[in-house]
Amino acid sequence: MDSPDISRTIDAVWKIESPKLIAALARMTRGDVGLAEDLAQDALVSALEQWPKEGIPRNPGAWLMAIAKRRGIDHFRRNKLTDEKYQQVGYEMEARQEDATPDFDAALDDELGDDLLRLIFTSCHPVLSTEARVALTLKLLAGLTTEEIARAFLSTETTIQQRIVRAKRTLAEKKVPYEVPGGAELNVRLASVLEVIYLIFNEGYSATAGDDWMRPALCEDAQRLGRVLAGLAPNARSARPARVDGDSGIAIGGARRTQG
Amino acid sequence: MRFLMLVIPKGYDTAAPDRMPDAEAVRKMMKYNEDLANAGILLSLEGLKPPSAGVRISYDGPAPKVTDGPFAEAKECIGGFWMIQVKSKEEAIEWARRAPMTRGEIIELRGIHEMEDFPADVQAAAGFGEKFGKK
Repeated sequence: MDSPDISRTIDAVWKIESPKLIAALARMTRGDVGLAEDLAQDALVSALEQWPKEGIPRNPGAWLMAIAKRRGIDHFRRNKLTDEKYQQVGYEMEARQEDATPDFDAALDDELGDDLLRLIFTSCHPVLSTEARVALTLKLLAGLTTEEIARAFLSTETTIQQRIVRAKRTLAEKKVPYEVPGGAELNVRLASVLEVIYLIFNEGYSATAGDDWMRPALCEDAQRLGRVLAGLAPNARSARPARVDGDSGIAIGGARRTQG
Repeated sequence: MRFLMLVIPKGYDTAAPDRMPDAEAVRKMMKYNEDLANAGILLSLEGLKPPSAGVRISYDGPAPKVTDGPFAEAKECIGGFWMIQVKSKEEAIEWARRAPMTRGEIIELRGIHEMEDFPADVQAAAGFGEKFGKK
């Protein structure tokens, strides 16, 4: 390995791959965001064990996805007798695993935009408190660890951890569907997403000299999320008659200004 | 933090002024560009015409001297760039690794100076405090 510190490289790979992984896994598990994240985390643990010894695979994203899906299938097998819904999802994941041809990557890519958008709308769902939305979004879509989120928000890891656990439980209890909202709901839901992005940006922007660098870095996380949303929202518009108004564009334009 | 990912294509120093990329290479590149955009890290990107279509203005003597390309002394010439915003140098390296480059090509990563990197006097000279109201 040519990197002096492989854990930093794995961390970088994780930041790149985890939102995609979780977004796709959440679709495969029929919107169980909590389980999707657990499966992705399992894959990360395997990577942390294996990559330092074996080197980073040529296609780390596909590697992580393969492990996560295998874990998913194991999970559903264990729960086979207890839950019929899970049983069906397990079969579906297994079927997909079997036709893991090179086309699989392409198919995953085709759906990636939609999956990411679904994940954004789910983790920013108004059923969650604002702070829960913020923490969950940073965890699932920005690839931050709970420790990093705690540092950024001058909080403790336990608090953030609990906030995220509760948020995931609420999503499950309220049976929040894993979808991009349409029609009149879209504007309300988009406002909820933009609020989260704005709050993340603002928290970073209010950092002062001497603060942990995670704090000002929140501005970059917010900008990144804003760009993802701005890039994907037109797809939502073309796929549905509902109108996505220009708000997201304005938010992004405003966010840019910190880059001096 | 922002990085400029500079592409140094093979033989661009001697490429004809009207050289065009082939369709297949462009297709692969578009896919990669889309990945960068989907990740929310892409700020801008451009492809540059060959140096033979460029001009150099050098400031050796009393007056600037204008020279048409190609430039014999330049060996590694930039063919294009992406400007990305990522969380770490490692992340920029990982993105560069994913680029659809062909054998013999090079990507050079260059970090962008952010205002916060500069010492106080440089920040003051740039009017950073007044402009942005930051401490």
